[in-house]
Amino acid sequence: MDLGLIEYKKAWDLQREVFAQIKNRGSPSTLILCRHYPVITLGRPAKRNNILIPQPELKNKGISVYEIERGGDVTYHGPGQLTAYPIFNLAHLKKDIHFYLRLLEETVIDTLSSLGIYGNTSFGLTGVWVAARKIASIGIAIKNWITFHGVSINIKEADLANFSLIRSCDMDIEMTSVESVIGREIAIEEVKQIFSDKLRRVLWSKCTCRH
Amino acid sequence: MVKVHLPALGEGIDKATVSYWYFKAGEKVNEKDDLVELTTDKATFNLPSPATGNLCEILVHEGETVNVGEPLGVIEEI
Repeated sequence: MDLGLIEYKKAWDLQREVFAQIKNRGSPSTLILCRHYPVITLGRPAKRNNILIPQPELKNKGISVYEIERGGDVTYHGPGQLTAYPIFNLAHLKKDIHFYLRLLEETVIDTLSSLGIYGNTSFGLTGVWVAARKIASIGIAIKNWITFHGVSINIKEADLANFSLIRSCDMDIEMTSVESVIGREIAIEEVKQIFSDKLRRVLWSKCTCRH
Repeated sequence: MVKVHLPALGEGIDKATVSYWYFKAGEKVNEKDDLVELTTDKATFNLPSPATGNLCEILVHEGETVNVGEPLGVIEEI
């Protein structure tokens, strides 16, 4: 399901709708792909003071803030990122939170590798990094072993500036993007195709669910 | 009395932090209702109520940590 460029709240509502269908009706697991207008989201353990500029200034910039039910601290989403929300019933694969988080990381690393980028994980810090800079963030929620929320990959270099508005993940992290690493422009569509193919392969082809 | 235990959440996960109780002590809960939300790593995990009854005691409060297999609360079945 590709939503294109969409307001955060609309995609969030849709995630919960798809989740309810899977939970209540046993509908098939669904991969939601999208990009967001600039938005800041706070996970459950987030500290509000990790947003570094005052609320009125955010409003002037047209950036909304949402407190949401995923794990992780504060993050930023913008149109230069690919955001993927697998609404996936882990009961059909493996009921293991770490297994799922590592699988998302590996899929991002595999995608980056196809683009000639060497991504890596950092022990104890969920997400994907290129050297010391973070290129993809992960924050998920699980109910009844059905996942929602997911992963965002920084693709466009122009979008990185807005990360200075927050203290990402409650840490002093420097962000990078696919474009920054490869040194040329790349279409989000290209990364989306590679990532979604790989994710479908690792999640959907291995599960015992209906497709 | 039904004790609500923290189930196995995955390999290498031996504890989680309680981030939200959907009910207060003394309130009635239904089986399968979202009961308590836990946080580990970059994930939140919702534990459904194992029984219908009164949530008579909360043993691990929001912000506190619980080990896998340990009780989080007690439900008195009705």
